[in-house]
Amino acid sequence: MAGRGKLIAVIGDEDTCTGFLLGGIGELNKNRKPNFLVVEKETSITEIEETFKSFLARNDIGIILINQFIAEMIRHAIDAHMQSIPAVLEIPSKEHPYDASKDSILRRAKGMFSAEDFR
Amino acid sequence: ELGKDLLKICGFLWICRAQTIMKARLKGAQTGRNLLKKKSDALSMRFRQILRKIIETKTKMGEVMREAAFSLAEAKFAAGDFSTTVIQNVNKAQVKVRAKKDNVAGVTLPVFEHYQEGGDSYELTGLARGGEQLSRLKRNYARAVELLVELASLQTSFVTLDEAIKITNRRVNAIEHVIIPRIDRTLTYIITELDEREREEFYRLKKIQEKKKQLREKTELEIAARLAALGPIAEPANMLTEEADEDLLFE
Repeated sequence: MAGRGKLIAVIGDEDTCTGFLLGGIGELNKNRKPNFLVVEKETSITEIEETFKSFLARNDIGIILINQFIAEMIRHAIDAHMQSIPAVLEIPSKEHPYDASKDSILRRAKGMFSAEDFR
Repeated sequence: ELGKDLLKICGFLWICRAQTIMKARLKGAQTGRNLLKKKSDALSMRFRQILRKIIETKTKMGEVMREAAFSLAEAKFAAGDFSTTVIQNVNKAQVKVRAKKDNVAGVTLPVFEHYQEGGDSYELTGLARGGEQLSRLKRNYARAVELLVELASLQTSFVTLDEAIKITNRRVNAIEHVIIPRIDRTLTYIITELDEREREEFYRLKKIQEKKKQLREKTELEIAARLAALGPIAEPANMLTEEADEDLLFE
């Protein structure tokens, strides 16, 4: 049973957003609201959290991509998100390579696997 | 006395019926518990599979992203900073995802499937220089998106299964540690009751038999005594052996 198409949202630094937008995921909805947020040095944590929550509330977003270092800033909001959709994926950025120990999802399964599995 | 006996018999029958019902319930609870255990095992197996796949895919994703970021740097070097142009020219998404349903042991798992819609809205941003790097960049990020959609599916399945397994195990434990012991205790109680009633019945019957025997013996003695007291019994006259008949007037 296929549902209607859902968007992929991005919360990331400028490079990440540019790259994914070029990949073709960007869209402005009826109210000219984007499905992405470019996070710069000046962007406040509140704004990031608000955008994240608004993405969660939208029913046309299926996946939210978020740079891991930004996810760290709003870790509590991400951990509080218990539903399976939208799926929240943490991706690395240029300056911050992927760190499995910080990933929300993998922390839930802590103890089920060891560091060796990552090599 | 008959009414009392009838009640006792009805009670006895009722207890027998209750025992049958309880046995059926025990069987039902055990079957239910076994089925749930199987479901929990199937879900856990799938869960571990998915976890392994997630770890594998996340590692791959790290590499793909690195490569994509690198090609972005190359493109920027060749074409200058196009970020603003890209960000301001967002219109409609060409890549979207659909949510499909998968099923494992009765649990529906959401699965993402990506698909294309519409053409490339950045066709015009080929930009004077760096067109080749730009198209390679687009391809890399498109590949990253595919991988990430797959990862998202794995993740949602992971979360859904986690919940389902917790619930199923809770039910298994409830049956095993609450319901089955309760039925067992009821059955034991019923059997003890039955045993006791049987003993009561047995005792009652024995008592009745004894009383009857005593009564019979007493009556026999009484009859013998009365007979003795009467003396020899005058037998009534036998007409056929009579010598003379008084009633005959003429002989």
